[in-house]
Amino acid sequence: MLKSYLYPEYYVERDQNKCIRCKVCLRQCTYETHRYDPEDDVMLSDHEKCVNCQRCVVFCPTRALTIRKNPVAYRENQNWTQEAIFDLKKQAETGGIVLTGMGSGKPNLTYFDRLLLNASQVTNPSIDPLREPMELVTFLGAKPNAIEVDQGPNGTSLKTDLSPQLRLEVPIMFSAMSYGAISFNVHEGLARSASEFGTFFNTGEGGLDRRLYKYGKNTIVQVASGRFGVHKEYLDVAAAVEIKIGQGAKPGIGGHLPGEKVTADISQTRMIPAGTDALSPAPQHDIYSIEDLAQLIYALKEATDYRKPVSVKIAAVHNVAAIASGIVRAGADIVAIDGVRGATGAAPKVIRDNVGIPIELAIASVDQRLRKEGIRNRAAIVAAGGIRSSADVVKIIALGADAVYIATAALVAMGCTVCQKCHTGKCPWGIATMDPYIAKRINPDIATERLVNLLRGWSLEMKEMMGGMGINAIESLRGNRLALRGVSLTDAELKILGVRLAGD
Amino acid sequence: MSIWQLNNPHKDPKVIDSCSLFGMMDLSGRRFNSKDPVRAIANMHERGNGLGGGFAVYGLYPEFEDDYALHIMYLDMDTKKTVETQLEKWFDIIKSEEVPSREANVSDPPIVWRYFGQPKRGQRPQSPDDYVVERIMRINTETGRAYVFSSGKNMAVFKGVGYPEDIADFFMLEEYQGYLWTCHGRFPTNTPGWWGGAHPFNILDLTVVHNGEISSYDANRRYLEMLGYNCTMQTDTEVLAYAFDLLMRKQHLPVEVVANILAPRLWSEIEKMNEEQRALHTALRQTYGSLLMNGPFSIVVAESGMMIGLTDRIKLRPLVAGTKGNTLYLSSEEAAIRVVSPNLDRCWTPRGGEPVIGRIGKAKTEGILLQEATVC
Repeated sequence: MLKSYLYPEYYVERDQNKCIRCKVCLRQCTYETHRYDPEDDVMLSDHEKCVNCQRCVVFCPTRALTIRKNPVAYRENQNWTQEAIFDLKKQAETGGIVLTGMGSGKPNLTYFDRLLLNASQVTNPSIDPLREPMELVTFLGAKPNAIEVDQGPNGTSLKTDLSPQLRLEVPIMFSAMSYGAISFNVHEGLARSASEFGTFFNTGEGGLDRRLYKYGKNTIVQVASGRFGVHKEYLDVAAAVEIKIGQGAKPGIGGHLPGEKVTADISQTRMIPAGTDALSPAPQHDIYSIEDLAQLIYALKEATDYRKPVSVKIAAVHNVAAIASGIVRAGADIVAIDGVRGATGAAPKVIRDNVGIPIELAIASVDQRLRKEGIRNRAAIVAAGGIRSSADVVKIIALGADAVYIATAALVAMGCTVCQKCHTGKCPWGIATMDPYIAKRINPDIATERLVNLLRGWSLEMKEMMGGMGINAIESLRGNRLALRGVSLTDAELKILGVRLAGD
Repeated sequence: MSIWQLNNPHKDPKVIDSCSLFGMMDLSGRRFNSKDPVRAIANMHERGNGLGGGFAVYGLYPEFEDDYALHIMYLDMDTKKTVETQLEKWFDIIKSEEVPSREANVSDPPIVWRYFGQPKRGQRPQSPDDYVVERIMRINTETGRAYVFSSGKNMAVFKGVGYPEDIADFFMLEEYQGYLWTCHGRFPTNTPGWWGGAHPFNILDLTVVHNGEISSYDANRRYLEMLGYNCTMQTDTEVLAYAFDLLMRKQHLPVEVVANILAPRLWSEIEKMNEEQRALHTALRQTYGSLLMNGPFSIVVAESGMMIGLTDRIKLRPLVAGTKGNTLYLSSEEAAIRVVSPNLDRCWTPRGGEPVIGRIGKAKTEGILLQEATVC
């Protein structure tokens, strides 16, 4: 093995006066950063192992620990940044692809911060959500252009049959994260909180553990390129089925769950031998064209007796508007679009940071395109990839989405600190790991409570923002681009977003 | 400069205005003159600012009952010539004349003419109504100097820049008789450009007068544009008119259902309904969520033989209803009704989102709504 030329990225600072040698840090750190020297009765740290996950800092009972960015740094250079030099050195030492986890943190990829919301003053009153009804209920599915009614002696009744719809109490769902990439307890927390709050969680491509079948009414099951865990009961138990074509963090490439993570439980749900690598091919090998997609959509509709909406999830790429239009015409009830900032359990860093487009631009152009073609109501649009707050939800709905998927935000609520080391399988917060000892760190009861709190907090904030704008139902926000104004955006960007500049 | 810019000189994304409304209908179809409607709307003078007033009158031209009555504003005589050449090509015009007017306290009136006629036979396989709408849209968007502001049968809109009583004076409305009058006094927040921007808004037989601001405007506009409407005026009133046209004329939905689309029941109310009603109201919100008119509004909508009063579902704008004998009144203020009919049989405040519907030949206003209404 070559001598590594990397220096420690972080520096563990320990206040020895405060340290009581309780060894909590030693036990909490899955990267073995901390060790105890019994001879000198002192705790020591190997800085180069620290990933800055903050686990030890939070759990240190005497607050003796601080993690700092290592003050040592290469000569300042805007072009040859520390990150660039580190990646080069890592590759020179391993000859492989640089892997990473979570979503891209590159600057300039987010438009949310350059969009501002409107509020009522004088000509229309703002509405106080504490006193007046404020409705967030959202339905996902295909809507007809018109309905017919019968007028009988006992009043008016509905004649048209609507295709199946998902009812969401808030337009926020938990995005696909597979069992295998994340631990069982995390899946359970997502399932239970979705069920408690009246929304949905998405299984990701790793199947659904039988212990979670009872939350099926709030579960969207994924059918992905590896077809892991797809069987009749899996489809039957779900509320909706999602075909995964791509993912924002790694458009165009597949996935790889290493054999060491394929434990007995994972082997059961994924329906593969324990210890074997779970390889998700880059394309679905029965989908090489839009007509193939239509066949799979209808195969799944047949399999579920046309009782469940079928969603198709794609990564936001350059031709996203045309692709989304094709997906709607192929019969999808929901189109989920995952932007360039979308996260992952593991992806080549070069792909994560360089492939795909921001979700704001993607949603704006898809919504406009579908309207131009007169088919916007034939499918719901779900936005994913980098939604950090209730304001982001409001903004993306105003741009044209029906609802959002969140994943990173939900994991952060459970403990994640976005250290971007999911791919190591050693997540000290017990989230992205299959190690039973570490995975126990997520208590499903607490995880559920934290997620429900998050959904509740966001929905309260959304109601405040909507009330401020003078609207009391979420459908009046959808595609209402006058609710937005842009700052620091070029004319071309404003045109794609369909938004006017602030002050205009 | 095209008329759309004249109407919206600062290119505001949405023209906002606030107003007074009045509607009066004889449910037996008997025609009456302008005296009461004009007096009533003048009684609410304070609610306008003199930057717009107008009237819609139904049962106006019995001698041309079956003919489309196109009323057109022109900015100059050259445009009039061009448009008339087109009209000759598209329609069999039976009669054309200048709309009578007199000197009055109004500013800058355009040239206003009316034409009675039928679409030329064998033009297109589409319905005459669709044909007329398409031609109107073409005149309104192509020249930029002419505006068809009234296009129904046996009815007309009279409107302009001024207080409503002055507009009535200008158009000599005392000469006319109708069984249904709706009236509007306007308080726009932007500069008034021109006469076409005043209410009522009209498409075929349908007219809308409106008080309020639709906060969901862009969501509504983009939905209607998807279905082929061209929202050129940047006003929420236009959007309301097109929504009624879509739901009533094209999709044949009953007016009670239309009211439940524009001002839907709350989910908390829907959950308490019986299964059949819950299915209906849920489907309405699922299908027509983008037509929910959110934000403060009260409107009086009229069609041949029908007048509808409606407010937003949490009633952020006023609407009072009253009846006396065969006459149904709708008004922003009760005082305006009382000034023309002091001894009403009934007077009530409809609830938010509950329509008041008057139909010709039905001596009573429609059912459910009256029962639940509060008698003042």
